[in-house]
Amino acid sequence: MDRRKFIKNSVAFGLGVNTGLGSYKKLFGMVKDDKPVYDLVAVKGGEPDVMFDKGIASLGGMKNFVNKNKTVVIKPNIGWDTSPERAANTNPILVKRIIEHCYEAGAKTVYVFDHTCDEWGRCYRNSGIEHYVNAAGGTMVPGNSESYYQKVAVPNGKVIQEAKAHELILESDVFINVPVLKSHGGATLTMSMKNLMGVVWDRRYWHRNGLHQCIADFATFRKPDLNVLDAYAVMKRNGPRGVSVQDVISMKSLLISTDIVAADAAGAKLFGLEPDEIDHIKYAHELKAGSMDLSGLSIKRIKI
Amino acid sequence: MPLKKIRIFISLLFLFVTSLLFIDFRDSYVSNTSDYILFLQFVPSLIGFLKAITLSSAGFIIILLVTLLWGRVYCSSVCPLGTLQDMIIKISNRKRKRYSFSYHKPHSIFRYSFLAITVLMLFSGSIGAVVLLDPFSNFGKIFTGLFRPVIMHVNNTASVLLEQFNNYSIAPLQIIYNSAPVFIYSMILVSIIFVLSYKHGRLFCNSICPVGTLLGLLARFSIFKLSVDEESCSGCGVCAKVCKADCIDTGEKNIDFERCVMCFNCLEVCPTESILFNKINITASTADIDNKKRNFLAQMSFLLVSLPLISHAQDKIEVYVKNKFKVFRSSPISPPGSRSIGNFNDKCIACHLCVSACPTGVLQPAFLEYGLKGIFQPRMDNSKGFCNYDCTVCSHVCPTDAIEKIFIGEKKIVQIGKARFIKDNCVVETQKTNCGACAEHCPTKAVRMVEYKDNLKIPELTDEICIGCGACEFACPTIPYKAIYVDGNPVHLSAKLPVQEDLEDINPQEDFPF
Repeated sequence: MDRRKFIKNSVAFGLGVNTGLGSYKKLFGMVKDDKPVYDLVAVKGGEPDVMFDKGIASLGGMKNFVNKNKTVVIKPNIGWDTSPERAANTNPILVKRIIEHCYEAGAKTVYVFDHTCDEWGRCYRNSGIEHYVNAAGGTMVPGNSESYYQKVAVPNGKVIQEAKAHELILESDVFINVPVLKSHGGATLTMSMKNLMGVVWDRRYWHRNGLHQCIADFATFRKPDLNVLDAYAVMKRNGPRGVSVQDVISMKSLLISTDIVAADAAGAKLFGLEPDEIDHIKYAHELKAGSMDLSGLSIKRIKI
Repeated sequence: MPLKKIRIFISLLFLFVTSLLFIDFRDSYVSNTSDYILFLQFVPSLIGFLKAITLSSAGFIIILLVTLLWGRVYCSSVCPLGTLQDMIIKISNRKRKRYSFSYHKPHSIFRYSFLAITVLMLFSGSIGAVVLLDPFSNFGKIFTGLFRPVIMHVNNTASVLLEQFNNYSIAPLQIIYNSAPVFIYSMILVSIIFVLSYKHGRLFCNSICPVGTLLGLLARFSIFKLSVDEESCSGCGVCAKVCKADCIDTGEKNIDFERCVMCFNCLEVCPTESILFNKINITASTADIDNKKRNFLAQMSFLLVSLPLISHAQDKIEVYVKNKFKVFRSSPISPPGSRSIGNFNDKCIACHLCVSACPTGVLQPAFLEYGLKGIFQPRMDNSKGFCNYDCTVCSHVCPTDAIEKIFIGEKKIVQIGKARFIKDNCVVETQKTNCGACAEHCPTKAVRMVEYKDNLKIPELTDEICIGCGACEFACPTIPYKAIYVDGNPVHLSAKLPVQEDLEDINPQEDFPF
């Protein structure tokens, strides 16, 4: 045993005694932590928080994504001044549960924001998300002011070469994308990639210049560390705003993936469409932002 | 009893709570409290009463009774524009180290003409003179157009500072400036009021303001009046120097009570206690409103640097084809609850409280969109925002019921206008690309995307469920002209509620489709 190895083991032993064997192993990278072995987790049949608990557990828990003292930004869909049962916005209980998991994993701060379509104050309030975020100890951040958005380059974009993105997306250590699955007049469906439109300032530019390509382009910018696609209640038509609660069906499903394109491909299937029927999924696959080929992925399916 | 102190306290209280109404940026209290706070404002109450006799719009009757008892207490204590002038007068007097008013004859031709014009126009069905002369609505215009943006700037500066420390507790506010003509009018107005009050005290109230003149006529018959005790008065003239209404003639030992704004300044300076009011002798010291003065100076200096940004830098767009067809509206759009443009133009005094309270900024003061008869009255400006489907704030704050109180259920079927589509401006047509922003924002799906050619979808409109909220127009990304816009309904119509079939839920025990 050489000297270096001796010291290493001695220190490790001391630490191991103090902190338990798991920490000892982790400390020196001797054993890779239980890395997520699934590309996609699909959960069905439970309440939003229960489904998330089960789903994230099968990916090794939130600690695989959020380390101690890290800042987290969560981007739900809070686009509309509608009540939670209209399912135009992400389920507030799901958002709350994700925040709780982040704090359990040791997160320092968890921020939540969206660049809303309706007046932001009313969206935050009436979606229920503001209330649940505050209850979980998260911080609601306004998304309505251009001063929060900074110019960034999108080098891999075809149409979009630059955009103004919310500073929290640029500064936070962990980015969790929490869209809701909905029908969408312009984008056919809105899911993980379309949800990222709410982290940029000038959305009209996207609408003017080919919505699908712009959505795909921006998916190459900053890959969310985790995509949690809420399909608990799903707006089947008249999206993204919906007309009434009659547009909504109960699907009680949840998808979790680190691959933004895979999450959306599976979401399309849940909705009853093929991934290649949605242009931005195809384009994003071509730009290698992720994979729409579900057959090539390892999928964990959980029924509750 | 220190009547002057009481007057100062009440007037500052009214000014404060009235001002608060105009800076409720997130509708925390304005729609629940404005009815009470503005109950005693003379013109809003009178206009409301003329159109529909209700108890809630009887505030002006109380003011009339109070005037019959004690003179123009409204002018000294309730009118926010009056108190604003008092603050300017205070500054002016501090600057000169002493009060230096003196007796002047009334400008009777002016004041009675302004009153006569206002009354005659009102009886002939035009509210135009009220819009230009009413002190409350002028206060509202000044506050909304000039002070409010300053306060928003202060808020936004604080927000930026906190943001440096990752504190997001103060949200930045979107500042929408008045259009240039409205802004210029407010500036002229505030200049006139500043100069008049700085140099001549309450001259505005006694020469221009029709409410002041009307209440003055009534004050001639007041039961309790301020008067000079000719026997004990030494004729020293101190009272005339502190009289901001210039209405104490020490030579004649007479107070022109018609012009007296009940400030009670004279009561406390008279060395021989010769000024009588209800036989109460007064001893009081000058109230210290130094802080108010500083705040005001700060506001004014901000005002100078907060001139509106005329234009926003246009984004450079390379791939986009500019469209060609200008939008022509056959009618402007009045807010839901106003019933018709005619009704609205008749009742609105242009106090701009709704402009301040509107959470989306869609309500903006018109210039000539309604024509001269509706100058400065708010209209729906879809370039600034759109009418939120679930919001009725403006109808709840309107002090004259020009916008009648409506509730959500009714609001959702009031059709204030109809969307119109200009296909040749639409990106689906000009650029052959999918967009759908209009349909995306439409709350009723009166705008839907339907199959077009080459795998494209284009908007299709259903008039009968369109409410004219303007979400489609606001969201439409085309430049320089919109491809979809709302044409106003001169008389508001009733839209149908969108009818939908039920959908079937998905069985959660089904297998995953992948």
